[in-house]
Amino acid sequence: MLEIKNLHVKLEEEDKVILKGVDLTVETGKVHAIMGPNGSGKSTLSYVLSGRDGYEVTEGSATLDGAELLEMEPEERASAGLFLAFQYPVEIPGVGNMTFLRTAVNAQRKARGEEELSAGEFLKVVRQKAATLKIDADMLKRPVNVGFSGGEKKRNEILQMAMLEPKMCILDETDSGLDVDAMRLVADGVNALRDAGRSFLVITHYQRLLDHIKPDVVHIMADGRIIKTGGPELALEVEKNGYAEILAEHGIEGVL
Amino acid sequence: MTAVEKQSPIEARLAALDLPKGGAFGAAREAALARFTAMGLPGRRDEYWRWTDPASLNAPTPVVAKSFDSSDEAPVFNTIDRLKLVFVDGVFDAAASDAPELAGVEITRLAEAADIHWATGLYGSLEAAGQSPVARPFAALNTAAATDGVLIRVTGRAARPVSLIYVHKSEASDPILHHVVKLEPGAELTLLENGPAGARFNKVLEVDVAEGARFHHVRMQGRDHERRAITHIFARVGEGALFKSFTLTANGVLTRNEVVIDITGDDAMAHVAGAALGDGATGAFTHDDTVFVTHGAERGESRQVFKKVLKHGAVGTFQGKILVKPGAQKTDGYQISQSLLLDDDSQFLAKPELEIYADDVKCSHGSTTGAIDDTALFYLRSRGVPMDEAVALMVISFLADAIEEIEDETIKAEVLDRLEAWLARHRG
Ligand SMILES: Nc1ncnc2c1ncn2[C@@H]1O[C@H](COP(=O)(O)OP(=O)(O)O)[C@@H](O)[C@H]1O
Ligand SMILES: [Mg+2]
Repeated sequence: MLEIKNLHVKLEEEDKVILKGVDLTVETGKVHAIMGPNGSGKSTLSYVLSGRDGYEVTEGSATLDGAELLEMEPEERASAGLFLAFQYPVEIPGVGNMTFLRTAVNAQRKARGEEELSAGEFLKVVRQKAATLKIDADMLKRPVNVGFSGGEKKRNEILQMAMLEPKMCILDETDSGLDVDAMRLVADGVNALRDAGRSFLVITHYQRLLDHIKPDVVHIMADGRIIKTGGPELALEVEKNGYAEILAEHGIEGVL
Repeated sequence: MTAVEKQSPIEARLAALDLPKGGAFGAAREAALARFTAMGLPGRRDEYWRWTDPASLNAPTPVVAKSFDSSDEAPVFNTIDRLKLVFVDGVFDAAASDAPELAGVEITRLAEAADIHWATGLYGSLEAAGQSPVARPFAALNTAAATDGVLIRVTGRAARPVSLIYVHKSEASDPILHHVVKLEPGAELTLLENGPAGARFNKVLEVDVAEGARFHHVRMQGRDHERRAITHIFARVGEGALFKSFTLTANGVLTRNEVVIDITGDDAMAHVAGAALGDGATGAFTHDDTVFVTHGAERGESRQVFKKVLKHGAVGTFQGKILVKPGAQKTDGYQISQSLLLDDDSQFLAKPELEIYADDVKCSHGSTTGAIDDTALFYLRSRGVPMDEAVALMVISFLADAIEEIEDETIKAEVLDRLEAWLARHRG
């Protein structure tokens, strides 16, 4: 279970406050969605949870199954079961996708005191999981995300998620830049991982991803806060009427 | 010792040497000695020695350097089926070497060459040609003073790589080795080199790659922290021929690797790459790549890819030039030099140069220096990869273009292994 309480975050380098008291609880086994206009702080929330530099938490907490995330190094958060599928996956020339995956899987196993996977075992698992995401042998061999299309990068994120088997998955705009077929592949990949022991926080700008990944709870984020929470119908409402009405209710204005 | 006091530095340098006389290379040596004397020892006022102090290379005797015990690792290139030729402190060790017999390859020890030898006209000639427009005094000194080395003539496709192994035992050894490699038309050879060789190593490798021949060179300069090295490669690349050279340098107080390539035949290809890793915490580290590629024929392709990873006060220098002569049309010349600074103490100096006298050419050069990309580092760590390992992966990523220049997959894997081992030893 992910519990975020009264989270306030500003930029380290400037006096710009981005998160202004986020409260959010994602129960184990549930899928929550966060929607909201651009610039409302969704990506910032995902980065702060996973430990990226450059942000300063001025107030509040975020725990995963009771453990305080905000005090851990990024790699410790990962080993504790947190995973972030990046909005913009990073290219790493010269490091094979497979090498990267194996390094990550084994680092986490080591951190948890589990035995490392042998090259053979690893290969078997990765091939099988890659196949369901239509990731071919060539993509596995190529350097991490280098020369991948937008859709390939997002599928690669889901493959990493499938290999690392996190407890808490955050997906930041995983649907952006995807055509319908690619989105279906990604959604199928995510749905295959839905499990009573695994939670998801799906950040999206559009409702369409939520047609494929059905959320239990939908939150609307604006101006650094969760301003409204509801069921899947909330996403449909946003789709139909846009954010203007909801924002106006909360006295937030802006060009959307 | 009043006599010594009266000597000039160059006289003192020469007095410390026992110059060989006569034989197949007597004339070449005499000419080289004259060249050296005319040029004099280099100093920091010389354009290409501004950033690297040659004082310890000029001195009559080397700074004492402890030999390093690297037996915690398997011998370098052990995974490769090769013909081994071993030099201990610059002296050929027949007992430690394989019999110099390889189909399509003729190998002679320099010290044992008959008075009439195929290498007579070649020995020192590429070095001499490479002395202009930039003087390279240590190379001339080498040609004049080297007493050992190998002369390799390749007439076919060598079945195995020839592997030169340089063992450093004596703390004050000052080896000077000179090798000549001649690839006849269509021949192919892979030459491997590894080891520190001595306290102060001066080496020249002259390579004549005839039409359609292919030469691959991979070198690893050894783990000794205290050694110094000044090395030169002079290559002449003929029509449709291929020359490829890669060097991995980790450790060493001072390393200056000069590469001088003359593309003389049309449609030839010359690639030279280097990866250097310096950690000032284990001793001073200065690494200097000075490269000069001349295109003197049409449709030549050259690449210079030099990468340096520096920390704890390590200093890296790159001086690289592409010269395109009149008439060398359709030349494709590329040069990149980059450094990855792992802290704020280290320094990278670069002098990229292009000089072009033909109008229909494609040449580019670039030089960058920077730290590890934060976003990439975060991406790796967010997958559970600990900081040290993430840094190591980013270093490998940074060096990848240079390592890619090694064609043979087994050799490439060896180099990567050594690199990873170095990174594991130098964390933090
Ligand atoms: N590193 C940063 N430097 C400057 N501004 C930033 C930085 N990170 C986020 N912001 C600002 O914070 C706000 C929220 O951004 P973000 O979290 O990316 O929003 P969302 O993902 O909801 O579109 C925006 O106004 C953005 O410009
Ligand atoms: Mg965003």
